[in-house]
Amino acid sequence: MTTDRLVEFDEVTTRYEPVIGLETHVELGTASKMFCGCSTTFGAEPNTQTCPVCLGLPGSLPVANEAAVAATIQIGLALGSEIAPWCRFARKNYFYPDIPKGFQTSQYDEPLCVGGHLDVEVDGETYRVEIERVHLEEDTGKNLHVGGATGRIHGADHSLVDYNRAGIPLVEIVTRPVPGAGARAPEVARAYVTELREIVQALGVSDVRMEQGSLRCDVNISLNPAGAAEWGTRTETKNVNSLRSVERAVRYEMRRQAARLDDGGRIVQETRHFHEDTGSTSAGRSKEEATDYRYFPEPDLVPIAADADWIAGLKAGLPELPAARRSRLQQEWGISGNEMTWLANAGALGLVEETVAAGASPTDARKWWLGDLARRANEAGSELAELAVTPAQVAELAGLIAEGTINDKLARQVLDRVLAGEGDPAKVVEAQGLAVLGESDELVAAVEAAIAGAPDVVAKVQSGKVQALGALVGAVMKTTRGKADAATVRRMLEERVHTS
Amino acid sequence: MSTPGAMSTDLTTLDVAALQSALSTGEVSAVEVTRAHLDRIAADDARLGAYLHVDPDAALAAAAEVDRARAAGGELGPLAGIPVALKDVVVTEGVPTTSGSKILEGWRPPYDATVAGRLKAAGTVLLGKTNMDEFAMGSSTENSAYRPTRNPWDLDRIPGGSSGGSSAAVAGHLAPWAIGTDTGGSIRQPAAVTGLVGHKPTYGSVSRYGLIAFSSSLDQAGPMARTVLDAALLHEAIGGHDPRDSTSIDAPLPGLVAAARQGARGDLSGLKVGVVTELGGDGHQEGYGAGVLERVAAAVALLTELGAEVRPVSCPSFDLALAAYYLIAPSEASSNLARFDGVRFGLRVGDDGSADLDEVMALTREQGFGPEVKRRIILGTYALSSGYYEAYYGQAQKVRTLITRDFTAAYGGADGGGVDVLVSPTSPTVAWPIGARVDDPIAMYAADLCTLPASLAGVPAISVPCGLSEGLPVGLQVMAPALADDRCYRVAAALEAAQDAARGHRLLDELPTPAAA
Repeated sequence: MTTDRLVEFDEVTTRYEPVIGLETHVELGTASKMFCGCSTTFGAEPNTQTCPVCLGLPGSLPVANEAAVAATIQIGLALGSEIAPWCRFARKNYFYPDIPKGFQTSQYDEPLCVGGHLDVEVDGETYRVEIERVHLEEDTGKNLHVGGATGRIHGADHSLVDYNRAGIPLVEIVTRPVPGAGARAPEVARAYVTELREIVQALGVSDVRMEQGSLRCDVNISLNPAGAAEWGTRTETKNVNSLRSVERAVRYEMRRQAARLDDGGRIVQETRHFHEDTGSTSAGRSKEEATDYRYFPEPDLVPIAADADWIAGLKAGLPELPAARRSRLQQEWGISGNEMTWLANAGALGLVEETVAAGASPTDARKWWLGDLARRANEAGSELAELAVTPAQVAELAGLIAEGTINDKLARQVLDRVLAGEGDPAKVVEAQGLAVLGESDELVAAVEAAIAGAPDVVAKVQSGKVQALGALVGAVMKTTRGKADAATVRRMLEERVHTS
Repeated sequence: MSTPGAMSTDLTTLDVAALQSALSTGEVSAVEVTRAHLDRIAADDARLGAYLHVDPDAALAAAAEVDRARAAGGELGPLAGIPVALKDVVVTEGVPTTSGSKILEGWRPPYDATVAGRLKAAGTVLLGKTNMDEFAMGSSTENSAYRPTRNPWDLDRIPGGSSGGSSAAVAGHLAPWAIGTDTGGSIRQPAAVTGLVGHKPTYGSVSRYGLIAFSSSLDQAGPMARTVLDAALLHEAIGGHDPRDSTSIDAPLPGLVAAARQGARGDLSGLKVGVVTELGGDGHQEGYGAGVLERVAAAVALLTELGAEVRPVSCPSFDLALAAYYLIAPSEASSNLARFDGVRFGLRVGDDGSADLDEVMALTREQGFGPEVKRRIILGTYALSSGYYEAYYGQAQKVRTLITRDFTAAYGGADGGGVDVLVSPTSPTVAWPIGARVDDPIAMYAADLCTLPASLAGVPAISVPCGLSEGLPVGLQVMAPALADDRCYRVAAALEAAQDAARGHRLLDELPTPAAA
């Protein structure tokens, strides 16, 4: 691979303005494939979820999956698109082993949803990303190129194809070009995909797991000299498969293209591959030698004519969308926009909401999820939602603190045990005797023992060095193994030291 | 009961309606009927070349199963024990299916076409798979990658195409009836030139699931038989809605057998018949055989005698049908045939490590497809290319709309001023000598002149024999509005009955008996 010359990122936008565009593919979570009854479950043995239709055997015919059409319309509605009253599938013709029919059944000039937009916020500023279209198509199979160094077809000994994925419904969401993001272009791109992912998740139509390929992104980038009226030539970087990579790919292409333009070179309109390991892109097929896909209306399928009542029903059935939910919660919880962004970025929004619903105060709920739990998730390299603790348990823990049964320090011990699977917080407290000691005989004895054991400290306190009392508090806390409430201990000590 | 030997000879000449009654009364067994046809195939098919695949053991086993079930008093399908031949474009589970192409040689499909499945469920016995022009592209069956098929009326002539194996098998008594497919005339034209009845159903009324696609928006399977009644019986067995074909119409079939029976009574009074001027009428006779036009005129006169009101009807857009068809069908074919890439099934060439993926695909297609298939793929690829799409495919689709409008106008609107059916010759000529048109694709394409309009409009059309010219059969085409297939059967049956009565025997009885082997 040749090493590209790169311009420092901060320098790029002093001379150039970027225009970005995104094509996002979402694999729908329908039970069956787009045009046949095969299962869509991820991770099955290769070629076990296939039939004559999705293998493209001679004579087989497609039948469109109504649930997939409904899901696509819902995505369109969530983005504010117009839903076409009548549209058709089209055949995109090209040869490749992972498309069994020699064409991909897709949509061309008659997409199911047209227009719409998505607003995203970066550093407190809102950017509107206009949506060009949302259409429905089928996924391809998966090629495995064996024997080469790169895993790509060049240099491979042979290739294997798994058709389990072939025919899974795929929604493609295409933005219009987004100018004006300047140095924030990488973050705007990332924020757009993040927001889109949340919308799709809220709709419940896909699990949108980028690492499993159920959400995939192609990123278009061009640069034009600052102030120029015309946009530059764009490149299309394919298969950018994590949120972080979206940002990195835009950043890299901006730096690479700027260097090329600085040198008086020209940008070639081409497809580029993103490399996760290096964060760089490399040239793929150039558009000059690109295939003519010879699109034409798919004669094996009847047109989709979604009637107005059906669309109205789907619209009525839309859940609360992420942006509306965030602004509602922000108000309910009385937090700032930035705090809300942190919560959302940490993937803690739903968890906090459920914790509040289970009885915790919004402040407590946020404190736990963004504090201790976030740290633990980070240490374990997992998502917050994957921790072995439920929002109800977190609420219970917060409740135990609020009622004085445990203190923060004890709460952490309780949490350890909850995470270890020892049961709900109250049960752990009970079983382990982790409750805070009240003004019990045990505590009185500990306080008196501390006083008796340190006459010099007592003398210091009595002579006016009040801060010396801390040493006595520490001693009591130590004997009670942290179960005592520090404020109570201090009050008890003060009473006794001053009267002695 | 006669001796088995004597019975065998007779059994292949019986029509299906007669076989049905002989089977149901126990006069003959399914095994006897099947064996009779297998014997005939063994004796004559080397000469005719009607079949690509025959499995006598499997056929006899299926027949024996029917006989066992009948003996056990079990519930039997309406066609139990009736042998049938399927054009090799129909996918059959475990039975080789090639679509007449080398690229599918040896492929045994893992599933049954809906048409095949319905016939199996009805209790029919599969005799074999019949020869055809490769991927149904042709009008003579000379484009078969395996062998040409000969016309039983004259072994030096073509049996029509692309369902020429089916027409030769049925006309030659190597099957009582057969399934053909029709994209631009591939049931009707071979039926016409071999003296059979062949019907192309309304588009969407017979499932396409499991038919190896040539042109998706045009392909339809249909019956080929020796009588109108038999054709109606077979059509009813395969027709009707299929959820596995999105383009299948969710409506019940009209009563086709009933229509055939009604027609056979010979009363067509009140029926309005339009004779299409553009298909062999005044000023449109170039390329038509004089004998063909004469026989067709006589048939039309006979319709008048039966009480029909006959008048000429002009359908000006029909003149554009050939050009539109030879853009639409190849365009769809270029895409439909893309799956034959050597990756998942069928032929694979060059996979010895010396060629890369693209080369293996190219070599496979280079060797696997015959010249006519390549010609049409190239034509279709060009017509769909960016920059040419509107000029070719787009224009052809507009012509298609115009043709449909001509039909609608002819059948009349709410005012009732239109005709009930349209008639024309099925084929401009009788069967031509083998080899006569192989070097002239345009002449070959012209054979479809009369059948293309109904294909492009998706309306039903039947070909029924209407006599001989130069000793060879001539067919009359009867076209009806969409979903009114019953009208085709009614008119065809009336004509058939009147001609048989006038002649004193069936046309096929004039078929020269096969020369001693």
